[in-house]
Amino acid sequence: MTTASDCFHCGLQVPPYSDFRLAIDGQQRDFCCPGCQAVAAAIVDGGLEQFYRFRTASATKPEERAVSAKRFEVYNLAEVQLEFVHALGEDRLQASLLLEGITCAACVWLIEHHLGKLAGVMSVRVNATTHRCLVDWQPSQIDLSDVMVALESIGYHPIPATEDRQQAMRQTESRRALMRLAVAGFGMMQVMMVAVALYSGADASWEGFFRWLSFIIATPVVFFSARPFFAAAKRSLLTRHLTMDVPVSLAIGGAYLASTWATVFGGGEVYFDSVSMFTFFLLLGRYLEMRARHRNGIASDRLAQLLPVTVERMDADGGWQPLPLSGVSAGDLILVPAGTTIACDGVVEQGRSAVVETLLTGEPDAIDKQSGDQVIAGTLNTDSALQIRVSAVGASTRLSAIERMVEQAQQDKPAQVAMADRLAGYFVAAVLVVSAVVGAVWWQLEPGRAVWVTLSILVVTCPCALSLASPAALTSAVGWLRQRGLLVTRGHVLEGLNHIDRVIFDKTGTLTLGSPQVVSVVSADDAIDEARLLEICAALETGSTHPIAKAFAPYVSGVEMDNVEQTTGAGVSGVLEGDHYRLGKPAFACAKETIAQPEGQGQWLLLSRNQKPLAWIQLHDQLRESALPLVKALRARGLSLELLSGDAEAEVSRVAAELEFEHWRCNCSPDDKLAHIRDLQNRGQQVMMVGDGINDVPVLSGAFVSVAMGGATDLAQTRADSVLLGRDLRALARAFDCAALTRRIIRQNLSWAIIYNLLALPLAAAGWIPPWAAAIGMSLSSLVVVGNALRIGRRSPEATAV
Amino acid sequence: MESLYLLVPVALIFLAIAIKVLFWAVNSGQYDDLDTEGHRILFDEQPGDAPVSEDKSESSKRSDS
Repeated sequence: MTTASDCFHCGLQVPPYSDFRLAIDGQQRDFCCPGCQAVAAAIVDGGLEQFYRFRTASATKPEERAVSAKRFEVYNLAEVQLEFVHALGEDRLQASLLLEGITCAACVWLIEHHLGKLAGVMSVRVNATTHRCLVDWQPSQIDLSDVMVALESIGYHPIPATEDRQQAMRQTESRRALMRLAVAGFGMMQVMMVAVALYSGADASWEGFFRWLSFIIATPVVFFSARPFFAAAKRSLLTRHLTMDVPVSLAIGGAYLASTWATVFGGGEVYFDSVSMFTFFLLLGRYLEMRARHRNGIASDRLAQLLPVTVERMDADGGWQPLPLSGVSAGDLILVPAGTTIACDGVVEQGRSAVVETLLTGEPDAIDKQSGDQVIAGTLNTDSALQIRVSAVGASTRLSAIERMVEQAQQDKPAQVAMADRLAGYFVAAVLVVSAVVGAVWWQLEPGRAVWVTLSILVVTCPCALSLASPAALTSAVGWLRQRGLLVTRGHVLEGLNHIDRVIFDKTGTLTLGSPQVVSVVSADDAIDEARLLEICAALETGSTHPIAKAFAPYVSGVEMDNVEQTTGAGVSGVLEGDHYRLGKPAFACAKETIAQPEGQGQWLLLSRNQKPLAWIQLHDQLRESALPLVKALRARGLSLELLSGDAEAEVSRVAAELEFEHWRCNCSPDDKLAHIRDLQNRGQQVMMVGDGINDVPVLSGAFVSVAMGGATDLAQTRADSVLLGRDLRALARAFDCAALTRRIIRQNLSWAIIYNLLALPLAAAGWIPPWAAAIGMSLSSLVVVGNALRIGRRSPEATAV
Repeated sequence: MESLYLLVPVALIFLAIAIKVLFWAVNSGQYDDLDTEGHRILFDEQPGDAPVSEDKSESSKRSDS
């Protein structure tokens, strides 16, 4: 799964000059950062190293922040716990937590075992599909914060699961669907058994008995299992838009009523077996589709999850008092410590610090904020504490405005999605008209057989094969893509990919890695080697939450700096073995002399010792390795490509030139991006958007087809139509090939289903098809469709892929 | 043949019980996560490594329903 140069834990590339190793199962393994190493060490120390054998996907990279009990201590407060903890009994509480970082079933095993070892934890239950974890614990033995620290130490970031309504809805939906499927399945098996007796010629007395028997079994199937079809048919009639559900309901309802009539008054035929089988197969298709939809590990659906749970507010006598965020109102003065997320919109009253506003702008660099400057909820305060006068909380913040924009964008998803539905509508109308005409003709000729013939038309032309034609192929294609790194979560993606004209990329975190990396070190003093220089830089940046500090995290070693001080907008300084080191802008590091900055892209930092220049360090947000092959592959398919970024012009134009993009735009706010996409779509272009950040969320929702990066924020992932699971962008090119193949298979399936129906229709209309033949014909046509769909997995489009 | 008049209703009762049990299982959350449970059997325990959390989580499943 991982090669020698990849991190054993998270699978990312191990940066040059770094050295993090650990013996696991008797083998030395490399890690990309101290975070991954620490997590692996925690796992091994707990005797749970089997995790690495069980897992089927790489773990996510743990966030580079110190695991401190302090961060979670607020969750021990009773008023904070109100929202996600409830009492199970005396000295037994249950907390519902959302876990970030669950990638496969082995994670569940790891979490359950790791937490199960803690004294005071009664039970742990983790759901790998919903990423939810229920912990029962005894508050007298252990604090909730200790449980959360334990989770963080093995690389899963816990968040209280407060917004449970949607999740509960999803759970009910899936449980209900499973029960309906089970009733239909059991019913089908039993009725089929009885049907064998009926068809093989039971005599009159037994016939009545078997008919009543199948009636009893089929009744719950019709009234419980098939209810969603009736409900949908009613809805579709009310909105005057014919869907597949109408003939389905007519066939099920009609066949059931007619069979009941025949059972009670004798004569005619019974179709209870067809009714049950029909219901079961349709439900099965829908159930599989629903599971694919739910699978997209829905973590946090709401932006509010980004905000801290508590804030420190200045009370009447000038002290700082922690209180839940819901208690804050506009006009309050709050304290935002370094390294925390700002909870409300407001104006800086006191202090100076660098704030990361990636959320709104996509710009990865921190922005200098001092008194009088506006700050926005959800942005990260990095360097030093800020006192903020609150101007907006809750629904009136910029963050909530983005959320509303997202909802709106989703509502006016392009109408092409409904295309397939409309076609089905015509087909349905045709079937209904034909049945009515045939029924009327038979009524004239032979009234006694009219009902039966009409029903057998409805059953034989049962849109079973027709309605399975696309879902079967789509399910099979979705499974294939998932194994190759693209998780498709909305139904229209595969069909939509065939119509895409233009692919739009975000830059930061999508085409690039998303955070600056050390690219090169230019030493001014040959006595010190590069590894040592980077160790010194890393020691200086330890403890900083500034984005630049992340670049040095891989080089952290035992070296400890004294008197580390951060100067906002300039750099850091510290003392090591009596020498005074500075790292940052040239003017800050080396005030006395000016030296020439080396040529090269990205950002150059200067490291100095006692005001003498020591080395230039080049930081750069590098392009992903797979970016160029992807761009080439997409261009070869004749797609037009565009780069849309919130970053400054220089950087965007450079990346655009490097990848030979024909169109690019810079300095785009989330609104600009959305407006641009809408404009393109209004002009008839079909747009696919690839992005990762919160600032991309509205565009992802608005684009015809959208892809979120695997490392994207949960919010971006839930709003996108598909998620790139690995780091390999080329999965996208494969998706285009797969979509083309899928379309071909769907067309074959549809043609088969239509040919079958066209052949069966006249025969049924002539009254030549007995019920058993109709049932067999229907099953066979469905099997052919499903078998054809399974070819997608076998005949992989790999050969044509990049 | 007359025994069918007895045996078939008995089969129906079994069917009803089976469905009832399945409903209970679904409602107690045993089918909520179909991905993990399939893999769980593969996570072999080492001798002496008592699966504490497994036992406890099983009991909690029951207490929840």
